[in-house]
Amino acid sequence: MSLVTFAVLAALAVGSAAGLLLRRNPIHGALFLVVNLGTVAALFLTLRAEFLAAVQVIVYAGAIAVLFVFAIMVLIPGKEETGPDPRYRQRLLSVPIVGVLLLLIALVLTSGTFGGAAKPPVPGGAEGVGRVLFTDYLFPFEVTSVLLLAAIVGVMALTRRRA
Amino acid sequence: MVPESYYVALSAVLFCMGVLGVLIRRDPLVIFMSIELMLNAANLALVAFGQRHGTAEGQALVFFVMCVAAAEVAVGLAIIVAIFRQRRRLSVDELSTLRG
Repeated sequence: MSLVTFAVLAALAVGSAAGLLLRRNPIHGALFLVVNLGTVAALFLTLRAEFLAAVQVIVYAGAIAVLFVFAIMVLIPGKEETGPDPRYRQRLLSVPIVGVLLLLIALVLTSGTFGGAAKPPVPGGAEGVGRVLFTDYLFPFEVTSVLLLAAIVGVMALTRRRA
Repeated sequence: MVPESYYVALSAVLFCMGVLGVLIRRDPLVIFMSIELMLNAANLALVAFGQRHGTAEGQALVFFVMCVAAAEVAVGLAIIVAIFRQRRRLSVDELSTLRG
């Protein structure tokens, strides 16, 4: 049963990623990205990471996807990829390169990474993650707030109209 | 229970599709979305590895990756908007100088 769930979710994830790659219209790409992010949230649920699944839906499928759609609406792109591609051959070269990368990752992963018996899975609710975040990772957690503040200030400085 | 190696294999495939998107597309917005795809694939692998080792540290790491991704998208889209204001066109092939 769980294998069937995983297979359906994996097919959805790969299919939506392919849609993002192949559709010319960036708004379609954004919608495919939302499908992909939601599927990954469901995969987090099957891995018993409930807190991360909720955060994924709120932060990625909520905030980031809205930001993308907003930027697409502001910029109205889509005219950029209609003409013939002057660098068509160079771009075609990337397909075998990515194939080699996938092969490399597969080689690394099959070289005995998954030896030994599996440990029992940890509960992934807010309690388990919060306990780690506020004990062992307290300093990185606080640094995150500085990062977000720097991003806010940077974005305001970048988008300010110079009078 | 599905073995964790399946999740890691799926994450490798998704990551490579993200790399492909960055390499073959010309629209900087779609390139950004492909980068999000790669970050998500890495998150999936981190959660799978964390469950494999029986600790919640993988999930804590994913939390930080999400924060960095949110900041990165905000700054990146601001840069794209600034470029669009200056040039009225968006194509990564034309953006070959660091000077404004």
